[in-house]
Amino acid sequence: MTRTPRRKAYGVKSAPYAFLVPATLLFLLFFALPIGYAVYLSFRRTEVKGLGLGKDAREEIWAGVANYTDALSDSELLDGALRILGYGAIVVPVMLGLALLFALLLDTDGLRARGFSRLAIFLPYAIPGVIAALMWGFLYLPDVSPFLYLLDAAGLPQPDLLDGGPLYLSLANIAVWGGTGFNMIVIYTSLRAIPAEVFEAARIDGCSQLQIALRIKIPMVAPSLILTFFFSIIATLQVFSEPTTLKPLTNSLSTTWSPLMKVYQDAFVNNDIHAAAAQAVIIALATLALSFGFLKAANSRTKQGDSR
Amino acid sequence: MSTPSLAAPGRRRLPLVPTAALFLGALYCLLPVVWVLVASTKSGSELFSTFTFLPGSGFTDNVADLTEYRDGVYWRWMANSAFYAGVGALLSTAVSAVSGYALAVYRFRGKETVFNILLAGVLMPPVILAVPQYLLLAQADMTDSYLSVLLPLILSPYGVYLARIYAAAAVPADVIEAGRMDGGGEWRIFRTIALPMMLPGLVTVFLFQFVAVWNNFLLPYIMLGDDEKFPVTLGLYTLLQQGSNTPALYTLVITGALLAIIPLIALFLVIQRFWSLDLLSGAVKS
Repeated sequence: MTRTPRRKAYGVKSAPYAFLVPATLLFLLFFALPIGYAVYLSFRRTEVKGLGLGKDAREEIWAGVANYTDALSDSELLDGALRILGYGAIVVPVMLGLALLFALLLDTDGLRARGFSRLAIFLPYAIPGVIAALMWGFLYLPDVSPFLYLLDAAGLPQPDLLDGGPLYLSLANIAVWGGTGFNMIVIYTSLRAIPAEVFEAARIDGCSQLQIALRIKIPMVAPSLILTFFFSIIATLQVFSEPTTLKPLTNSLSTTWSPLMKVYQDAFVNNDIHAAAAQAVIIALATLALSFGFLKAANSRTKQGDSR
Repeated sequence: MSTPSLAAPGRRRLPLVPTAALFLGALYCLLPVVWVLVASTKSGSELFSTFTFLPGSGFTDNVADLTEYRDGVYWRWMANSAFYAGVGALLSTAVSAVSGYALAVYRFRGKETVFNILLAGVLMPPVILAVPQYLLLAQADMTDSYLSVLLPLILSPYGVYLARIYAAAAVPADVIEAGRMDGGGEWRIFRTIALPMMLPGLVTVFLFQFVAVWNNFLLPYIMLGDDEKFPVTLGLYTLLQQGSNTPALYTLVITGALLAIIPLIALFLVIQRFWSLDLLSGAVKS
């Protein structure tokens, strides 16, 4: 770059900024501004003056942290958070466990129909969450479900898949079904990136396939596992469309089942945008705290592993 | 193949257990798709009376009913989805390409800061964005419009991230330097030299965004009121909601779900060869 003439050098210097103009504008308009606006709204509330009639009867005033203390002591939001924890405790380990298992199996030598299995397991990624929830919803519906039909034919009791404990499993199943394939591909790709010599050496040392998988492959794909874990946690905290879609099929899903549903309910049904904004900020902060906490823990684990 | 099959001759048996386990996984993943395929052939009465996986006799009637339903609003939803996903993904890919390229090949002040701020966008729960986005667009009188669903999705932090990785791997610095020697302007170098080199990676970014927009539910759910502008996901959701009162609509919902996933599955099968899955996971072979 030093050899280019002065005029050119100037062009080169401004070029990256020019290239970043569209992204910066969009970021400011659709990310930064809304976030700032949400934070602003979360510290305000609407005051009703007099009888609450007329055009000027409602006034927006400063509320301090009142919306936050309300949100944190709101049992609906807290219950939603607990439900999500329970749901995530099923989804994340099962989905990633299956993804890792399938990725390791796909990496087996001499496998039959590898392409078919890989594509079929990845396929749910292409199906919208709403449609996935809709299809599974019908499969859970007593009059339509093949599972319940088979249980009935075998003379066994039929559980209500859309109520109580089974409802968690039913919802978790939709997420596992939708997410396993994508995570499998991420893990499988990094498995394929491991040089073949590593396995050769292990095999000459007399390692079995299982030992190679446990002692070499899994530690070597740890960065991918961390990545998939990270995205799964974020996705779990934000679950919205699946329970919303299943709601028409069952009475046991409340309008505030997940924290995001609660935010939607407060913002657009109860028309309390200030409460909704405060809850949204709390959810965002919790997401950030969890993500960074997780990344930090993962980092220190890897460092520890390196020093050993 | 990570291990050549010549490595240990003789001792290898056919891996029956892995093959079978993966087949079970494939079966599980295909089950709802097969079900929706079979169920869409059933008439309303057959749906609740015959065994789930027994095909019915009403497929063409169902499609006709769906087409007739409110003067073909279903096909309108499909066209809307194609529009949102097609135009949205195209614009998103273009923005990702220039941003990723700039972040990959130039050294400039604030580069890492810009990148990190953009990436932090990934962590933002869509709802903390969608609610104030709605309120802001409402003040600009833009809610319930095509733009309200299109504009917020153009900037994709993940798209920028992928484009950056791909530009760094696919566009060698000396090629750009050679372009400068030949007197090409920076924009010209990007357009004529770098862009063709980045194209395979950009196909992945496009597909990724296309699927993301097609599958999106929250944003149109919040932004749109007029169902003429609904994407197919939102349309089917409203149909299902009405169906809980009028189960006759269930067959329409099921047929609609099948027809809605066919284009995506077709897209998926046709281009999976071009779709660089390495890139999807952020790992580019050097």
